[in-house]
Order: sequence, then C-alpha cells, then structure tokens
Amino acid sequence: MAHILQTSFLPSTSTLRRAPISASKRRSQSLRVKAKIREIFMPALSSTMTEGKIVSWMKSEGDKLSKGESVVVVESDKADMDVESFHEGFLAAIMVEEGGVAPVGSAIALLAETEDEIAEAKAKSQSSSGIGSAQVVKEKPKQKEELEQAVPAVAPTASSTKTVALGSAVHPASEGGKRIVASPYAKKLAKELKVDLGTVVGTGPLGRIVAKDVEAAAAAASVVAAALPASPAIAAPVASGIELGTVVPFTTMQGAVSRNMVQSLSVPTFRVGYTITTNALDALYKKIKSKGVTMTALLAKATALALAQHPVVNSCCRDGNSFTYNSSINIAVAVAIDGGLITPVLQDADKVDIYTLSRKWKELVDKARAKQLQPHEYNTGTFTLSNLGMFGVDRFDAILPPGTGAIMAVGASQPAVVASKDGRIGMKNQMQVNVTADHRVIYGADLASFLQTLAKIIEDPKDLTLGHER
Amino acid sequence: MHSICSQATAVPRSNFAFDSHAPALPTSKPINLRFCGLRKEAFGFSGLTHSCSSRVRFTSRGHSKRISASAENNGTPPKSFDYDLIIIGAGVGGHGAALHAVEKGLKTAIIEGDVVGGTCVNRGCVPSKALLAVSGKMRELQSEHHMKALGLQVSAAGYDRQGVADHANNLASKIRSNLTNSMKALGVDILTGFGTVVGPQKVKYGKVGFPDNIVTAKDIIIATGSVPFVPKGIEVDGKTVITSDHALKLESVPDWIAIVGSGYIGLEFSDVYTALGSEVTFIEALDQLMPGFDPEIGKLAQRVLINPRKIDYHTGVFATKITPAKDGKPVTIELIDAKTKEPKDTLEVDAALIATGRAPFTNGLGLENINVETQRGFVPVDERMRVIDANGNLVPHLYCIGDANGKMMLAHAASAQGISVVEQVTGRDHVLNHLSIPAACFTHPEISMVGLTEPQAREKAEKEGFEVSVAKTSFKANTKALAENEGEGIAKLIYRPDNGEILGVHIFGLHAADLIHEASNAIALGTRIQDIKFAVHAHPTLSEVLDELFKSAKVKATALSHVPVSEPVAV
Repeated sequence: MAHILQTSFLPSTSTLRRAPISASKRRSQSLRVKAKIREIFMPALSSTMTEGKIVSWMKSEGDKLSKGESVVVVESDKADMDVESFHEGFLAAIMVEEGGVAPVGSAIALLAETEDEIAEAKAKSQSSSGIGSAQVVKEKPKQKEELEQAVPAVAPTASSTKTVALGSAVHPASEGGKRIVASPYAKKLAKELKVDLGTVVGTGPLGRIVAKDVEAAAAAASVVAAALPASPAIAAPVASGIELGTVVPFTTMQGAVSRNMVQSLSVPTFRVGYTITTNALDALYKKIKSKGVTMTALLAKATALALAQHPVVNSCCRDGNSFTYNSSINIAVAVAIDGGLITPVLQDADKVDIYTLSRKWKELVDKARAKQLQPHEYNTGTFTLSNLGMFGVDRFDAILPPGTGAIMAVGASQPAVVASKDGRIGMKNQMQVNVTADHRVIYGADLASFLQTLAKIIEDPKDLTLGHER
Repeated sequence: MHSICSQATAVPRSNFAFDSHAPALPTSKPINLRFCGLRKEAFGFSGLTHSCSSRVRFTSRGHSKRISASAENNGTPPKSFDYDLIIIGAGVGGHGAALHAVEKGLKTAIIEGDVVGGTCVNRGCVPSKALLAVSGKMRELQSEHHMKALGLQVSAAGYDRQGVADHANNLASKIRSNLTNSMKALGVDILTGFGTVVGPQKVKYGKVGFPDNIVTAKDIIIATGSVPFVPKGIEVDGKTVITSDHALKLESVPDWIAIVGSGYIGLEFSDVYTALGSEVTFIEALDQLMPGFDPEIGKLAQRVLINPRKIDYHTGVFATKITPAKDGKPVTIELIDAKTKEPKDTLEVDAALIATGRAPFTNGLGLENINVETQRGFVPVDERMRVIDANGNLVPHLYCIGDANGKMMLAHAASAQGISVVEQVTGRDHVLNHLSIPAACFTHPEISMVGLTEPQAREKAEKEGFEVSVAKTSFKANTKALAENEGEGIAKLIYRPDNGEILGVHIFGLHAADLIHEASNAIALGTRIQDIKFAVHAHPTLSEVLDELFKSAKVKATALSHVPVSEPVAV
C-alpha cells in the first residue's frame, strides 16, 4: 500500500497512439496498394538473430529515401547496425518506434514510392501495426518508472508552475525571458520528461536551469496532471458499477500499486502482533472528541511517541547495506479512495500536538478525496498505519510499502473477557495490532520493545495530549 | 618543438594551399586528406597573429653584434661542421630523430628553447592520457549497471581534483626526464635556447639576455611543432577560457564547459570532463560532430560517446566571440551560422575550452634568411621532408618534420618523419608511407584508424578504377570484450577484393588504440589479407576482433593463387 502513490499518474493512453482501426475494412485497400507501398523488414543481422531492437530511426515519416541510404539503426544480439533502404521512395510510416522490438522478417516501416501514397501507406500501417505498437507499449512503462523516481520529496506546488516564467526571466542572460539558459543535461532531461523549459525556474549559477529544476518541474506537472484526468477515469467505473466478464486495465494509480506490491516481495519481512487494552484511550477519545480529535490522530500520535523511543523501527533499508535513520517521524495512514488507496502523511507526528494533528488529518483527507495531495503529502512517510477496525476486522496483516521499514495493521477495539494477574476475570476493550517490518534493519526484539512501549502509551494515554496550546 | 600526439586536431587542412605544391608532392596529396582534417572553425588563417611569447621576443633581439659579424659569410656554407645533424626542437619528433641519428653514428645536437618533450610530453598526449585514465576508471566505478553486471559493489566513487591534476603533472615530469636522460645517455648535445636558421647549414641559439651562439651542421631538421590555434575574437584568459595547455593542468572542473571543436582534443576532453561531473556543450563549425572520422565510426561514436552523456551540441556554427567570465558574469559565447554568417545564439557557460586545432610554431625561425616562405605558418616540404623555398626549389640540407610541416599532426608521425630524414642523410633513400601511420582518440571506448576512410577509398577507387569492399566485425561477438562487459564497438576493414590490399581499418571499441597496430603494420609491410588471415591470435583476446575482420573479408580467388609468404618450419 502506501507509497504506491508516489506515482505521477500519467495518463496511460498516450502510448496507444496507433489504436487498431477496423482491420477488415482496410484489408481490401491494402491489397490493392501493395505493389507501390513496400514494407521495410527487420533484417537478420546475424545468423543467431531472432529479433531486433530499433535503436533509432535516422529518417522521419515523410522523408525521401534514396537507394542504399541508412534508414534505421537496429540492435541485434551482436551489434548495432545501420539498415539501408533497398528501394527509392518516401518513408511513409514507422510501425515500430524507437526502443521497440520486432522479430526478424516482420515489417517495421512502410516505404511509399511517391509522395501521394504516403497517406495510403499510413492508413495501412495503422491497420497492421500489431506487433509494433504492442511491443512499444511494453517498453513505455520503463520511462514512466523513471519519471516516478524523479519525483522528489518536496515538489513545488501546482500554483508555483505559474510563477515560473517570471522566475527564469531573472537570469541576466535570458534577455527578459526570451532566451532560456539551461545546462546540457537539463535540456536532455526536459526532452525526456517532456517539460517545457520556458516554465522552469532556474536555481543553478546565475539562475541557470539545471537538471534538478527540470526534475522538480516534471514532478509538479505530473501532480497537476494527475489531479485532473485521474478523477473521471477512476470515477467512471465505480459509478457504473463493475461489468462482469470484462477485463479492465489498471488505472495509473492501480498500476503503481501493483508495481509497489510486487516490489515489496524483494524485502524480507516478518510480523509481530500485540494485544493492547484501549479502555483509557477510549475514555480520552470520548473526552476530547468534541475538540475535533479523531481516533486516527490519536493512534498516529501514540505510534509516533513510541517510535521516538525506538528510532530503529522508524528506519529503513535503502541499499541493502545500511540503516537509514530518518530524522523525522512521519506517520503515513492508508486511506481508501475510489478505485485505489492513498497514504496521506502526518509529518512530525511526535512533535505536533494532538489538536493540530487532527486538523491536519482532516485537511489531508479532504485533499485526498479531491485528488489534490502534493507528493510530499503522500510519499514522505517513515512508518505506515493501516486501520481496518471500523469494518469490525479484528486482525489482519499488511504488506510493507517499499522504502519504509515497518507498517502497523490495526484491528478493531472490542470488549473481551480478560483474566487478570490477580486471578480475577474482567471485561476490557482490546485491540490487536500487527507490525510487518523489514528484517534487514528491524529485528524481532526491536518490534517487541516498540510494541511494549506503544501499549504502555495507549494504556496510559496522558502523554498524548501533552504539548498542546489550548 | 613537437608534434602533438594523437589527440591533436589539426588546423583546417583542407583550407591549406597545399595544392600549390601538388606537382611537387604527388604522393602526399591523398595523405593530407583526413587524418588531420578534423577541421574546426574554418577561419581564414589571416588572423593568425600567434604571439608565441618567447619567439616574438626573439625577433626583437635579432641583431646583436656577434651575429652581424658572422652574418657576413651567411651565403656560403662552412667547410667543416660542428655537428653532423642539428635538430631544432626537442619534442617527440626531434627526440625520435636524435636517437636514430646516434644509432647511425651521427654527431647530433638538439636545440630546445622551452622544455624537453615538447607538446606531447608536457601539454599534450602524455598528461591527457593520465586524465583519461582517471576518467575511464571513474566511468567504470560510476556505472552501477556495469558494476552490478559484474557482481561488484562499489559505494559512491569520488575524486580529488588536485590528486588527479598531480597524477597528470607527475606523469609528464617522469616522461620528460626519461626523454632527457635517454638523449644524454646516448651523447646527444642538448643546447638550450631558441634556435634560428641564419644561413645554409648554420643555426644560432641562445637565451634572452645572453649572447647567441652559432653552430654549424651538415644537416638541419626543423621540428618546432605547434601551439593551440585560437581563432580571432576569442579571448583566452587561461582560467575560464582555456586551451588544452591550461585544461591539462586541471585547475578547475567547471559545472558547464563549452568545447569549441569536436575533433580528437575536444572529444577526449569531453570524456574527461563528463566523467568528473561537468556538463559539456560542443560547438562545431561543420554540420556534424567528429568530422574526419570514418562516417560510420563517427555515427557509432556519437551514439556511445555523446548522446547518452551530459553533452549537447551546436553544429554548423562558428564561435565569433568568446569573452572570459568576470565581475560575476559567466563566459559568453556568440555563435553565428557557419554558412549564412547570421547571429544564431549566445551561450553562457562556466568555462570554454578552445580545441579548434593546432597552429605551427615557426615564427622567428629565420626562414627568411634562406628564402623560405611558410604557408599559413607551415614549412613547405616535399615527400622526403626536404624544405622547399619560395621559388619552389629544394633547400639543401634542410628538413622539416612534425607539426611544423603539417603533413600529419601526430607525435608518432613526427618521429617517423625524423627517422626517415636520418635514413636519407645517412645514405639510404626513404619515403615514409603516411597511409600506414595509425591515429587514435583515447575516449572510453577508444577510436583508432589507419589508412583511408570509406568515402576516401571509394573516391580513390573510382579514380583508379578498382573495386572496394568493406568488412565489419563487432566487439559484441568477442569473448574477451564480453568478459569485460564492454561489448560496444565495431571494427571495419576497407580493402580491395581483387588483390587483398588493406586500404583502411577503423576501430571503435575497448582498447582500439592498441588493436590498430596489427593493421597499420600490415599496411606498412604490404601484407595482404589473404596472408594475414592465417596469422594466429591468442584466444581469448581482443585481437580476435581483427582476426575475425580479416577472415570475414572476401578476397577473390585469383589473388589467392600464390602461396603464403613464409615457409613452414617444422618444430
């Protein structure tokens, strides 16, 4: 769960540029034009080559080709080779994009004899682009991942993208914004991440745009983009219900969840459970509920205070070689929203007083519903809480979000018959918590003592309301 | 003093009026074509007011009494000589000539006004190789993907700039002292001061402020080398606008450096700077980067050495004005379109490296005393390196080798020319085959070449009416390259299928610079493909890339009829 959502919510449709058009309709036409429109095939560059990857197209659609001219660079199992055109004509349609893979002998582009036939050839390529686009789609998610990684912890807010043009105009060299001064790598990144350099604030020497500025801008842009198209896309299936017997592709958010879940399999996790008596906490909650305090905030606060005493449980393992001790305690709380889930983060939950924390929580939930959370509001968590108690679930098991050390699954608090040490039998409200942790950094004893501390805090919750200004 | 080693870009060769000697040097013409043809800014050389400080000073003290006294008999050569051979300039070319002269029993002196070793050892190939060694290692350590594939784990690689700079400097000092000692040990007299030809077989030398000395020699070799060429409009301050001379000291590693010129020097420095964390912008006057390389090699090199790195480029533009950084302002570079001459862009960068080629260092050599006119600074010579005077006649006993004659601006070419001259003056006629001289660019991976490029070969073939074939092999199929996880690269052979003659070989890949010699030796010795393909290569080695290359060439059966050169020996 959780970090799942540090995604950029890219509309996934962009990769399907060549949506197949009814093939049957075109067939007769394509037969007719075959004589003049030739296919360029993936060549066999070595005896062992079965498929080739398009490294780059040296010509663009519409370019004139002479016989023997290099058209495309193909990477085989052995080498990168230039592929030459055997005929004269115009490169009418590219069927396998750069980065795409095609089997030897399959068509990768169409060559039209005359300029007039380019349109025909294009139409033909759309009807038969099977392999090409399928393979390209496979390649694309990689780029998207890169983009996600590029999302920095703190991104400029959406509104700041507006002010940007002013920012870059400050550069003495930019001649009042006419000229953009960006470093070579910043330009490369901008092209890759499709960022308009004109809207980027430069923070480099003399206001020059450097790589990190582009990354920040890309992150900000993706959040803005996410907020808009994501809602109708996700809302639609929910509103109309689920159509049985259909296969529905993941939304970007769901895709991100899926990847993070699979990624979590590479982390050696283990679980430790604990039963905590909540009578005192329930009483406190009843008392301060009217001041806007929520149970989520109370649990987050209690967890944060316990974490403050056990920094190792707030750590994570980034590279497999070291502990990363986080400087602040940021409690991420999983929230279900339609079609997915998101983890708004209560930052510095150990330091912020319970009332402020509760207000902050409400604000975050509202933002999450409106899909307006900024990246730093959902991807900076150091410890995650997942609470299914409201559904009556008494215990469950959570998957550790990649990049963090531990997650706590909280069950419902229920009255139970308890035997006390002095031999009596009584009724107590109890809830079960179950912590999943990365055993590379957090060991059994660490979790055990953390849970002991947490239980103490919850069973004697006076500390939870300390430090408030009211 | 010195030819600049393989990393040097030559000054715009094609612009030179070499054609004026064309009848005199028929063989040298094709040679001139491209090795050094990494043309940069094709500025007219009219603005070449190269103030090589000490030389200029030298002319001002031109007429001391002592000289005017001796100048009376300038016109007549002396009867007996102080030396058999005097070499002006102790660079790699002069050094090579001196060593060979001693071997041939000549009494030899070498005149050096600066430091022994010349450009190559002090400001060229030698220190740059030290920097490139560092950049290669940094690249490897930084490539997490590469390391992972080998199963290695390395935590963050970093470097200490001063340490890297010291490595380059120490290497230069060491090689310089090796060079000096080798000449001293052999009995070569090292005369200190700037040498000037005062008449036939007569040279004077001396330091500023000291009386000049006159020495005579039976033969004289000019080997004064070259200096970085800086087009007009570019102000070099040595800090933010620099030439290779400054860059090799690595006094700073700028965040963003523009490199004017994408030939050998520019390319190698882009390799160093990007490995050390800089971003690079190339400014190239021609329409494509890396002009002068075989086009196919150039394309691949661009794909590997430019595109994936933090490099961008402007092609088809001249840098008309470059102003160093000062008062908090960055270095500004004004670009104009190379064809239309219209202003195109202005760049603001942290530093600019001028790698637009090399200009000959021949001012103050006294060539006017013997009626020799330089051509854009180069000393005109024939194919035997004999100096040609203003009337087109050979100047007896006077030779010019290396960068100063501009035939092929490579350190080892200068040395080879020097050896060729010594052969001639000791009674054996010798003409150096420049087509057998290899060249290399020490990027990661390296680029190397010998002989003709494919377009040159095709042009020649058309003119002379023979057929040209091309064979290629890839490093991706080589065991050793794959073991190193460095499978990127190709080798390309251009040959005549009718007789198996090797016309050119171009290599881009791991250790290409070391691999080229099998091909260059074959060209030098006239070995044909049908013979060399039976030579055995150790397995697994990178040399098998060339083995495979020769084996994949298809020489026509008619050429195969004769038996391999060497007789089999039973063991």
